[in-house]
Formats: sequence, structure tokens, C-alpha cells
Amino acid sequence: MSAATDSNQGAHDHHDHGDGAAHGSMKGYVTGFVLAAILTAIPFWLVMTDALGNKQTTGLVIMALAVVQIIVHMVYFLHMNTKSEGGWNFLALIFTLTLVVITLTGSIWVMYHLNTNMMPMSPMDMKHQMP
Amino acid sequence: MFSNLDLQKLVFGRLTLEAIPYHEPIVLITFLGVAAGGLAVLGAVTYFRLWGYLWREWLTSVDHKKIGIMYVILALVMLLRGFADALMMRAQQAMAFGANEGFLPPHHYDQIFTAHGVIMIFFVAMPLVTGLMNFVVPLQIGARDVAFPFLNNFSFWMTVSGALTVMVSLFVGEFARTGWLAYPPLSGPAGSPGVGVDYYIWALQIAGIGTLLSGINLIATIVKMRAPGMSMMKMPVFTWTALCTNILIVAAFPILTAVLALLSLDRYVGTHFFSNDLGGNPMMYVNLIWIWGHPEVYILILPAFGVFSEIVSTFSSKRLFGYASMVYATVVITILSYLVWLHHFFTMGSGASVNSFFGITTMIISIPTGAKIFNWLFTMYKGRIRFEVPMLWTLGFMVTFTVGGMTGVLLAVPPADFVLHNSLFLIAHFHNVIIGGVLFGMLAGITYWFPKAFGYKLDPFWGKTSFWFWLTGFWFAFMPLYVLGLMGVTRRLNHFDDPSLQIWFVIAAFGAVLVLLGILSFIMTLVVSFVKREELRDVTGDPWGGRTLEWSTSSPPPDYNFAFTPMVHDGDAWWDMKRRGYSRPLHGFKPIHMPRNTGTGVILGMISIVFAFAMIWYIWWLAAATFVAMLAVTIVHTFNYNRDFYIPVDAVMGAENKRTKMLAGHV
Repeated sequence: MSAATDSNQGAHDHHDHGDGAAHGSMKGYVTGFVLAAILTAIPFWLVMTDALGNKQTTGLVIMALAVVQIIVHMVYFLHMNTKSEGGWNFLALIFTLTLVVITLTGSIWVMYHLNTNMMPMSPMDMKHQMP
Repeated sequence: MFSNLDLQKLVFGRLTLEAIPYHEPIVLITFLGVAAGGLAVLGAVTYFRLWGYLWREWLTSVDHKKIGIMYVILALVMLLRGFADALMMRAQQAMAFGANEGFLPPHHYDQIFTAHGVIMIFFVAMPLVTGLMNFVVPLQIGARDVAFPFLNNFSFWMTVSGALTVMVSLFVGEFARTGWLAYPPLSGPAGSPGVGVDYYIWALQIAGIGTLLSGINLIATIVKMRAPGMSMMKMPVFTWTALCTNILIVAAFPILTAVLALLSLDRYVGTHFFSNDLGGNPMMYVNLIWIWGHPEVYILILPAFGVFSEIVSTFSSKRLFGYASMVYATVVITILSYLVWLHHFFTMGSGASVNSFFGITTMIISIPTGAKIFNWLFTMYKGRIRFEVPMLWTLGFMVTFTVGGMTGVLLAVPPADFVLHNSLFLIAHFHNVIIGGVLFGMLAGITYWFPKAFGYKLDPFWGKTSFWFWLTGFWFAFMPLYVLGLMGVTRRLNHFDDPSLQIWFVIAAFGAVLVLLGILSFIMTLVVSFVKREELRDVTGDPWGGRTLEWSTSSPPPDYNFAFTPMVHDGDAWWDMKRRGYSRPLHGFKPIHMPRNTGTGVILGMISIVFAFAMIWYIWWLAAATFVAMLAVTIVHTFNYNRDFYIPVDAVMGAENKRTKMLAGHV
């Protein structure tokens, strides 16, 4: 009853992180750092040399690399895995991602359609739209 | 002369004597009434030398039970304010026909309907929900407090600060005239140059901090502090709904904070996020605020569903029918509530594909909700139902809420919504679900857990009176609005030309009077029960034949809730313990580690009111000073190492022996 119960209750000075939270190793941090540096260098290279020759493609590629960058940070620096805190951290991450995706894609979808339907048109456009 | 003027601006910002509405008799009389009442209360507290007691035992308390009770008190006080607004609106609309202009000029009427909405949602419904969760959840899961007791106290005081900021707007300056969600461009700097919208923004931002933090707190509590043996699928349904509600709070409230921050930037520094030109788009505000706003209504209703689940099974003396389906329905509602927000603005013009997607998701959400209704019905089926007051509220809810749900599905059909958008039909619908669902649920919950909180039951006669007045009052007040809405009458009007509509508004006003009687009866319940408290005393700690752990403690529970953490073997943990002939442990007590009270929450809350006031009135020096003060208090608090203590064994033994005597005296 005593120790196990007590650590469940009330305000505490303890600095234990519970169980299962992964702590970084030197190897992990170095891997993370190298990956992050590479993922930062590629976009710079793409922009400075205009290697793809197309602004839109470049933008999309950079955004994709940014997503990978986020994942690298979370795995190697924030120690995200499927086991810490009995899986609660991972569940919270999935939930957050779902909501962020819903919010962003939903808003873009809604506002894009709104823009298409409601923005003022020139008389030429209107004629074009007539059946 | 001009240097004088500048000095005044420097010191007082845009605050002048003109800001005090002494030329408006209604406000003046209200002010005198509030001031007299306030002075009387302060005088009484001073006369009876209660300041020390209040400060030590309540204001600085980190005990989740006391904080929960204070939330509910805040909500009931604000209910009186919000309901006074409602009565004024009903009276205005019942008389303002043809030549009669009524007694509220448009600029005043607009402030009233805005204040009514803001207060009822943010400062009545939210504190009721948070208060009930705060009080009940730790007891239900066998914990001694929430995960972060000081944070809990701080959250409460931020909510109070938000409420007080709204109250200040009544007497200094004005409140927003924009409707409760303050859509731009009306709420932008050009549409509302006054201080009203700024009061709105700062009140919600401050209260929002409190709400968000208490959400995090309760999630951590439920996830980490359940009694041993209580797996997720053995949690009481109320705790489940509380968990889902708090997840929704944590996910949704940052969106509100962000969108209000963008609106503040538009108003304070001249950005153009939500203006019509320079690349801004006011529709984006509507889109974003409803991504928060729709989950918000589920934040309110889910705990009410939880309350009804507990009450139905307790008063039918049966295990809840379909526990697992209840849990899954709650989780599905949690997710789906993020996929329906556009149904609040079908008419904005996103076109058929977008509208049909959101129309269909909205209709789908009625399926898990319907499943819950059937689960409650099946729980009652062949149960030994006791028609006590909490059960009456539950039955009233089931009838009323089902009607509200059906009109909601009707509004979810986009073509129908094009006809009914912004009409009184919508007003009737959401009052139907919020009063019939959330409010009935919270009043049921208060009646149900009152003996746990105070040690005596509420008087059933006045409780029943209150219930019947509320129920009939609701139907009289809002059925006419459905009719008017179908006839095309829009919301937020303070004058009508067509005299044939008047009779409906008179009926609605009559309904509002019945609700007033319901509220007065509820106050009467509290007074009468206090007077008769010895007669209504609950010595067993389990006055209703309860099923969950909170009923295993004494009423009111000791500070530490449980002398020993209970072991849970069954979903209805206390029912299971009683069935197996559980006997209270009488020996072997240990000192109990508890968090210590702190005044930091109150102090931060009070400073934040001054900060909000300074920001609203452009008193920059004061804003800077109070902001620094808040940081300073926070930093100083981090050096407060005197934050826990042990309740000595003797005190625990004393409390437990008292309970043993009480139980023996009863039997």
C-alpha cells in the first residue's frame, strides 16, 4: 500500500519519469544530427542550384523533406516510440496528427471551394460559365 | 491643454469618465443592485470574521473537491447573470411590435444577446462541467487528488478572472455587440472600434488558459492515477466521458486561442487576417472558430451523458446496459465531432460536394448518440426504478434531448439548412440540446452528488418543483421559436413589424417566467435543505445505493478521500465490494502525503484581470507592469519548496474512527 500508492498521489518532488520512456544514447543523437543536417542541406542545395528547374516541384519536395525532418526530430531527439508511457505517448501523437491533418486539409478544402464558388468573376468568366 | 490630453492618454489609455454608463437607467440600477449585494456579502464576511477561513480553506485550497464546488458556485452565480439577460430579451421581443420600440435600444440589445451566449457557454456550462469532473473523477478512480493540484487551483482562478472581466464590461465601457462568436468583419477594428470585442477577446483568452490546463490535468489524472485493478474498460462511464471531454478540450481550445490571437492582431496592430481586403478572409475566421466550436458542444454534452449513465444504473438498481457500446459510442463521438464543423456555415457557399460531406458526417454522429439513448432505455427495462429527483432530470432529458437531436438531424440536411439558417428554429434547436442535455445533466449531477459533497441530501419537494418548472418552462419557451423559425423569423432582432407573430413571443416569454420559477425553486432547494440538513443527513456515505467508488467514502469525504487505495475487480467497483461483503479497514493507517495550499493561483488570477483591463483600455504601462508581475509571481512560485505535507496517523485515525461511529450509530 505504501510506496506504490504514495507515488501515485499528490504533489511530489521526485524526478523519476515513470517507466518505459526511452533516453537518448550518443549513437542516437549522432544519427539524428547527421540525418537532420542532410535533410537541411538538400533543400538549400535545391533552392540555390535550382536543380529541379521548376519552382512548384521544388516547393513540394522541400515540404516533403520537412515532414521527414519532423519525424527525425521526434524519433531521435524527443524519443518518440510506440512503448513509452505504456503506449499513451504514441496514441496521443496519432490523435494529434489526425486532428492536425483534419484541420489543415479540411480548411484548405473548404476555403478552396469557397473561393472557386464565391469570388467575383469578370463578365467573360460568367459567359464562360453559362450552360 | 494638449500636453494634458496626452498625459491623460498615457495614464488612462482610452478610458474616460464617459465609459461609465451612468446615463443608462437599466445598467445603473443593475450596478446599484450588484454593488449593494456585493457590499452586503463583503460586510457579512467581515462581520463574521470569515476572511481567514475563506482564504485558508477555500480560495487557496488545492483540494479537488473544494475546487469542484467552487466551480459550481461560480457557474450558478453566472447562471443568474446569463438568465437575467435571457429574461430581458424575452421581454423585449414580447413587447416590441409595431409602434412599440420596447425598452432596449438596439446597441444595448446586441450587447445582451452577445453576453447571454458568452456567459452561458463559457461561464455557466463550462464551469459546471469542469466542476463536476473535478469533484467526481478522482473519487471515482480511487485517487487522493488530481495529478497537478496547484495547476487545478490556478485553472479555477483563471476561469474566475475571465468571468469577472465580462462582469466589468457591464459597468465600465460596453460588451461586444457581435454575437457570441464575434465574426469579423463586424468584430474587426472598423466594424467594432469600441472596447466591447476587446473585453470579449481577453475574457475568453484568460478563461481559455484555465480550461486548457484543467483539461491536461484531468487527462493525466485519469490516465495515471486509477486505483490498481481499474483497467480502461473497468472505468466508470462518467470517468470515460470526462476523459474524452478533456481530450477534446486539449485538442480544440488551442484553435480558439489561436484564432482569437489572430483577431487581436487585426484589432491591435493592424494586420489583415480577417479583413476583406489586402489578402484577408473573414470566412477563414468562421471556418477556424467552428473547428473549435463544434467539439466544444461535445465537450459540454459528453459529461452530461456520463452523469445520466451513472444515474440511470444507480436508480434502476441495475448494471448499465451495454457498457462497452457506451464507451465506443463516446469515443466515436469524440472523433466524429472533428468532422462536422462546416454544418455551422452551409450557406457560406462552399458548394455541393463540401456541403454533402459535412451533412452526411453530421447525420452519422446521431448514430452513436442514438445508441446511448437505447442503452439507457434498456438499462431501465425491468429495473426497479426509483423516481428520485436525479432520475426525474434524466427522464426529462431523454424526452427533451431526443426532440432536440431530431431537429439537429433536420438542420444537417443542407437544403433544409438554407431555409432555416440563422432562424429562430436554430435557436430553438441548440437550446433544446443544451438546456435539455447539458443543463438537465448538470442539475441532475448536482442533485446526485450533493450528499457526497456536503453530507446531506437535497430536499426532494423543492427539487421536484424545480424540475417541473424547468421542464415545462423549457417547452413553453422554445417550442414557439421552432414555429417562428419555420415561418422564417431570424435571430437577434429587437423589433418586429408583423403583429401576428406577437402571440408566439408572448408564449415564449411565459416559458421564460416558468424557467425563472425553476431557478428560484432550485435556490429554494439549497436553502431549505441547508435548514433541514440534520433531517436530510447522509451518515452512510452511500445514500442512493451507488455503484462506483465515490460512494465508498464518507459524505463528505475526508481530505485524503481514501485512507487506503481501493483494489478494483469489477466495473461497478463499489457494488462489487458491497456484494462480496467488503469491510472497512480499521487499523494499520499510515501518514498520508498531501499537497499544501497556496495563494499563487488567486494572486495570478487577480493580476490577470488587471492585465486584461489594461490591454482592453490601451493602458500600456499598466499592461506591461502586470505582465511582468505575473511572470515574477510565477517564477517566485517555482522556488516554493514548501508544497507538501503529511497528514499524521492520529488525524487519519481520528477521521476514520468518527466514520466508524457514524456508521454504527446509523445501524
